[in-house]
Amino acid sequence: MMLEVEGLGSHYGRIPALKGIDLHVGAGELVALVGANGAGKTTLLRALSGVQPVSAGRVRFEGADITTAVPDKRVRLGIVQVPEGRQVFGPLSVEDNLRLGAYLRSEAEAAQGLERVYAMFPVLKQKRREPAGALSGGQQQMLAMGRGLMALPKLLLLDEPSMGLAPKLVEEIFACVRALKADSTTIFLVDQNARAALAVADRAYVLETGRVVLAGSGAELLEDEQVKEAYLGL
Amino acid sequence: MPKQYSAPGSQGKGERDMSAQFMQYLLTGLTVGAIYALVALGFSIIFNASHVINFAQGEFVMIGGMVTMSLAGTGLPYLLAIPLAVVAAALVGLALEKFAVEPARGASVVTLIIITIGASIFLRGLAMLVWDKKLHALKPFTGDTPIAVAGATILPQSLWVLGVTLVIVLALTWFFSRTLFGKAILATSHNRLAAELVGINVRMVLFFSFGLSAALGAIAGILIAPITLTSYDVGVMLGLKGFAAAILGGLGSGIGAVIGGLALGVAEIMSAGYLSSAYKDAIAFVIMLAVLFFMPSGLFGKRGGERI
Ligand SMILES: Nc1ncnc2c1ncn2[C@@H]1O[C@H](COP(=O)(O)OP(=O)(O)OP(=O)(O)O)[C@@H](O)[C@H]1O
Ligand SMILES: [Mg+2]
Repeated sequence: MMLEVEGLGSHYGRIPALKGIDLHVGAGELVALVGANGAGKTTLLRALSGVQPVSAGRVRFEGADITTAVPDKRVRLGIVQVPEGRQVFGPLSVEDNLRLGAYLRSEAEAAQGLERVYAMFPVLKQKRREPAGALSGGQQQMLAMGRGLMALPKLLLLDEPSMGLAPKLVEEIFACVRALKADSTTIFLVDQNARAALAVADRAYVLETGRVVLAGSGAELLEDEQVKEAYLGL
Repeated sequence: MPKQYSAPGSQGKGERDMSAQFMQYLLTGLTVGAIYALVALGFSIIFNASHVINFAQGEFVMIGGMVTMSLAGTGLPYLLAIPLAVVAAALVGLALEKFAVEPARGASVVTLIIITIGASIFLRGLAMLVWDKKLHALKPFTGDTPIAVAGATILPQSLWVLGVTLVIVLALTWFFSRTLFGKAILATSHNRLAAELVGINVRMVLFFSFGLSAALGAIAGILIAPITLTSYDVGVMLGLKGFAAAILGGLGSGIGAVIGGLALGVAEIMSAGYLSSAYKDAIAFVIMLAVLFFMPSGLFGKRGGERI
């Protein structure tokens, strides 16, 4: 098992945001996490990356307990997050953003990664000397994805990669997610666009106010009455 | 008051003397300003890494001058004494981060600022015990025969101040624009969360920033000591002037710190020369208040510390 989460809890001050989450992600799987605004999806991903204090439970990665590991150790192990809202380094150039994605990798790995990302997103190569802050929203999302890939993820955590994008760009981002999956990257995907996320996922979890309330294959959940009503707008 | 701060001797009223006098003030102002610039850079580097205003910055200046004075007093040549003093100050900076700032991680920025004020009082008190309350002179690096420049004169030590400051500014520019670690520091100051997510150890960045700022402060203190003398409390005024310079340039901006420092130095010496030396110290605070009131992000600041 690549990722195992047991009874994970987290608080903002006294207010609980995660109330005992149990889930797992197998190697090579694409697992989606859907849930309404404020359900705790971002909090869960932040906890997995080590940038959010955990108040209960355990996280194991490839068998090793990483519940208290610092963020950079997790990146070194291969847990890489593309955060909600892109969070690019605005004043730095596109290429510097990508280069920093490979901060913990060797020069050779960084050079290879750069080629791979530029092949995947040619527009980034075109704009590589421009400040990241000058890119359009869609391009910034590509940059955020590219920066994540530069870290050579074993487990890629994607938080709302299609948020706020035009339909054509959403399609492009999901095409990229499928390509990564085909490339055997393990992916844990959070997306507002539940239909697209469930359609592309092997398995999925539904999160409600800090608890996992449903789990199943992507296809099963797409057919689930509750899910249809709450998340697919049917 | 050090002699360089006073107007150059009695002169006729010819135009030539006027321009020579102006030149003299300008050179003196730039020398003082370069020191303010170095101190201001220290403020900006720590501010960028943590949004903390480190009020112990002036004490690094003091430590640089005083340790050099002591080491040189034992007969050690400057070539050894100066690097050792810079290292000593850097170690104090690192210790300040490790034992005072780091344990308070998660506390509000105001709390951290109060901690640095406490640290500055502590360091000053310690310096008074280790040394004394007297003023100490440091020998100029390479003699004290004034050099004539366009009708004015400049001390060899002023050339050291300007030259070393220039080298440091170039080195910092290179560091922040050409090295991965420099870029990682910029990235951390722009977006701490994203920096953590790419695997930058942001605590290390903060630790390093304190060491670097302390070293810059110490260098400023060593460069200026032969001109203005040094003492256990020399950091109070230089720290505040450096802070004013950083505010003028825009806190967090590297270019702002340099321009702010030079501008403040020149403004100070000019107003002392043409108006009254009574205004010399007041001018920094007038400028600082005016900037805070009318232009809070300074000349180059973008708010949020975008660039070092
Ligand atoms: N910094 C914070 N301080 C306090 N409470 C927070 C903070 N961030 C999130 N919360 C609260 O924690 C809960 C979970 O938020 P979280 O951002 O994890 O939800 P989410 O599922 O990612 O929602 P969205 O779909 O809006 O991104 C919400 O109730 C939210 O209000
Ligand atoms: Mg979210």
